[in-house]
Amino acid sequence: MARITAGVASSHVPAIGAAIDNKQTEEPYWKRVFSGFEKSKEWMAKAKPDVAIVVYNDHASAFSVEIVPTFALGCAAEFPPADEGWGPRPVPTVQGHPELASHIAQSVILDEFDLTICNKMEVDHGLTVPMNLLFGSPKEWPCPVIPLAVNVVLYPPPTAHRCYMLGKAIRKAVESYPKDLNVVIFGTGGMSHQISGPRAGLINSKFDKAFLDNLSKDPKKLTRISHLEFMREAGAEGIEMVMWLIMRGALDDKVDEVYRFYTVPASNTAVGHIILENKRKAAGKRPAGKVAKIAKIKRAAARKTIDIRRG
Amino acid sequence: MARKAQDYDDIPGTFVFDAERSREGYGINMFCMSLMKDENRKAFKANEAEYLKKFPLTPEQADAILKRDYNRMLELGGNIYFTAKLGATDGHSFRHLAAVMTGSTQEDYAKMMLDGGRSVEGNRSRSGRDKPAGKTKSKSKTSKSRSKRG
Repeated sequence: MARITAGVASSHVPAIGAAIDNKQTEEPYWKRVFSGFEKSKEWMAKAKPDVAIVVYNDHASAFSVEIVPTFALGCAAEFPPADEGWGPRPVPTVQGHPELASHIAQSVILDEFDLTICNKMEVDHGLTVPMNLLFGSPKEWPCPVIPLAVNVVLYPPPTAHRCYMLGKAIRKAVESYPKDLNVVIFGTGGMSHQISGPRAGLINSKFDKAFLDNLSKDPKKLTRISHLEFMREAGAEGIEMVMWLIMRGALDDKVDEVYRFYTVPASNTAVGHIILENKRKAAGKRPAGKVAKIAKIKRAAARKTIDIRRG
Repeated sequence: MARKAQDYDDIPGTFVFDAERSREGYGINMFCMSLMKDENRKAFKANEAEYLKKFPLTPEQADAILKRDYNRMLELGGNIYFTAKLGATDGHSFRHLAAVMTGSTQEDYAKMMLDGGRSVEGNRSRSGRDKPAGKTKSKSKTSKSRSKRG
């Protein structure tokens, strides 16, 4: 059967994509951000997922105000990068996994999550920036991707609890897929930021740190955060963090935190990143020696001083 | 019709893009979407007021667009991910627009972000209600009031 082995959360700031596209990653401002993902790329190269499910939000690219689906699952064979007003990002076309995607759609809809099915969809920086951060900038993406676009633009987005429960339904769907696939799920967006109105520039590192801690250890606590609290504490656009809970819901209750990174700022945003692994099942198909390597990475992560400039 | 009061109106300096604003701001956002196409950007730049006539905009909305009053656009139903396309048409990034909306210079805003961003302390609530369980005082007038600026 297919199995979700790990979850990755990462911010998807558009300026990070611009820094990659304009080859500014070695500049000190950006190096501070990108250096935090070096270990993550190593981890991903070893994790070798067969499929990635990427939970993200569209930013008025594929969806305008004409159609606003709360949850839209990409079931197409491919997803071209969207033109966000400056021409499409120079990244490879994202290959889909229509077979698993339509299986997930059928399963979660019967589990009462009324998804929108997208058989044609372009994807914007919300999806491609986290892929760059974890996969680098290869000529072709190393695995097929199932995009799950969540509305966090038009208030109200789905609640934190709803997102968490959708994650559980996705897990169930993946586990009922007959083929043996190693699936990694991404939650993207956040962390604290506000890019609109006179309060723009808001950052709340204390909130973010607690969110990361609870994401790892006590995610149910996070499912009780109201939209008002998200917007008040983490900024109007910080509400995007509900998407991280879809990822978390798709994992075991107890997980191993493999890696974490946090830095302020990238453009207007606090950059947060975490990698969580399900505990290894006895009959897992990971190569021998993997566990020792994970322990090594974990020790390295623990030693690493997390770059928190404030709070 | 006056805007229906919402709990999140208590957050200072914030225009939540909700169902009511989305309905009122449909024209603003569809105008901004049109700027995804280069030919439309050129047509808009050639004659801004004329181009805006193609969209269902109130005089206040058209005025806010022509004056690049980004806060007013949000207040009248624009959404930042859409209005940012107008910003991009003028050659401005999200961060540039954010500085404009806060009333800062670009330099001051960039420095504030490098120093860790705008603190949430003192920026949670118009009414002084810092915590969801706290006391509520009377709310300030919705549309005219300006927020504290960090």
